[in-house]
Amino acid sequence: MDLELSDEQRMLVEQVRRFVRQEVDPLEADLDPDASELSAEDHERLVGITTSMGLYQMDVPEEFGGAGLDVMTRTLLAMEMSQHRAGLYTPCYGTFGSMGLAQLYDANDDQKDRYLYPTLRGEKRGFFGLTEPSGGSDPARAIQTRAVQDGDDWVINGQKIFISGADRADFGLVFARTSPDKGRAGVTCFIIDTDMPGFHVRRIVHTLRSTHYATELQFEDLRVPSENILGQVDGGFGIANERLTRNRIPYAASCLGVAMRAQDMAIEYVKIRETFGDLLATRQTIQNMIIDNELDIRTARWLTLAAAHKADQGEPFRTEAAMAKIAATEAGGRVVDRAMQIHGGYGVTKEFPFERWFREMRIRRIGEGPNEVQRLIIARDLIGGAFH
Amino acid sequence: MEKPWQPLTQEHAKSMSAHLGVYQISNAAHDVVYIGYAGGRSLWGLRGALQAQLAERGEGFNFRVEVNHQYLSRWEELLKIHKGDHGTVPSGNESHRPRRIGQLSLS
Repeated sequence: MDLELSDEQRMLVEQVRRFVRQEVDPLEADLDPDASELSAEDHERLVGITTSMGLYQMDVPEEFGGAGLDVMTRTLLAMEMSQHRAGLYTPCYGTFGSMGLAQLYDANDDQKDRYLYPTLRGEKRGFFGLTEPSGGSDPARAIQTRAVQDGDDWVINGQKIFISGADRADFGLVFARTSPDKGRAGVTCFIIDTDMPGFHVRRIVHTLRSTHYATELQFEDLRVPSENILGQVDGGFGIANERLTRNRIPYAASCLGVAMRAQDMAIEYVKIRETFGDLLATRQTIQNMIIDNELDIRTARWLTLAAAHKADQGEPFRTEAAMAKIAATEAGGRVVDRAMQIHGGYGVTKEFPFERWFREMRIRRIGEGPNEVQRLIIARDLIGGAFH
Repeated sequence: MEKPWQPLTQEHAKSMSAHLGVYQISNAAHDVVYIGYAGGRSLWGLRGALQAQLAERGEGFNFRVEVNHQYLSRWEELLKIHKGDHGTVPSGNESHRPRRIGQLSLS
């Protein structure tokens, strides 16, 4: 694997780093420490800048007008974009645009007209509804929401939980069981409109994150026309699984970005903070923390870039993505924790970003497939499915 | 929020803790006119936020508070509940609210 960055990659990384430091960081000085959105004016101004950089809607496939970045470049940029207080869950406050729900790029033309293109124009928002109270890590078995065919329609009944953005969405992808006895081959993906009768956002689920709460959904005789099936009947599991694997690489990269920023801040701080007449930088216990941070960051970065490289080669990358996800989320937690410790009392205040990173980083070991499930995936690939 | 209403006076506002949290302001008829929060940048938490409300509105209003570290998501939840009940956010929140409020189906 050649990790020498191309001139273009170097330039893009530099551009985004400068954008974060010069445009995003100063705004955070005045925002609430837990804020996840900018004022409309600031958002518009920053979108103007990312557009002029040619990076607005960078995740959108090239044929739909996006930047057409390879996974490696996108991963490098993700490591830069998360290097600010809100960066872990809201990199640059969304000013690089959104690709919407990736599954819609495989939708039919009618569905693209109704859902994908309005999303890309910023007119509609969607949510991804997979996890249920019965579980999220094993969707093939946990999905109990049922869809039953009734003429040309399907009638959906059931519940979803930990669903982001459903209360603000215009539509969503909802996975429901259509063939009860077929396990993973009995799940279908439906596109539902949130103004359809029978769609309910029952409550907000408050978590460690003060913003970007989750929601609990209920479907009561929600009637969906057959033309709103995404892909094939009973073909939903592949759609869900593909997204989960692909997301793990940028998910890992954004954890690394936060870890890298926390390490930069820790190094800066130990050079100016004195205790007992000497700088923290001279204390071996502190030096060890800095060293352990660097080991964590570099190890996880290699694994993440290796996963990105393999994805770009068009090779299977499930194991590599799982390794990157485990390494980056766990390393990120340790690095932020050590940086917080180095900063002492200031480290736990809301004046510094560590306390927000600390809370949000904890969630990353659970989100996008808990790390225990990632280990299961790796074991399955290494040892073989027959032993599981 | 189901905490008891208290009159928005200097005495009551001063007695509040400086914790982070959310609050509602109502008129004399107990109609909610504003939903706010004391966030991580507030100098005196809920106490400071209520004193600022008093300075801006004068007396004749009521308030109730909820200490809550998840103040932003709780604030949005209260706005959604109000919108669900009344079809709109409180009058005082027209210029101070998230860009998009969203919906809750309250049963």
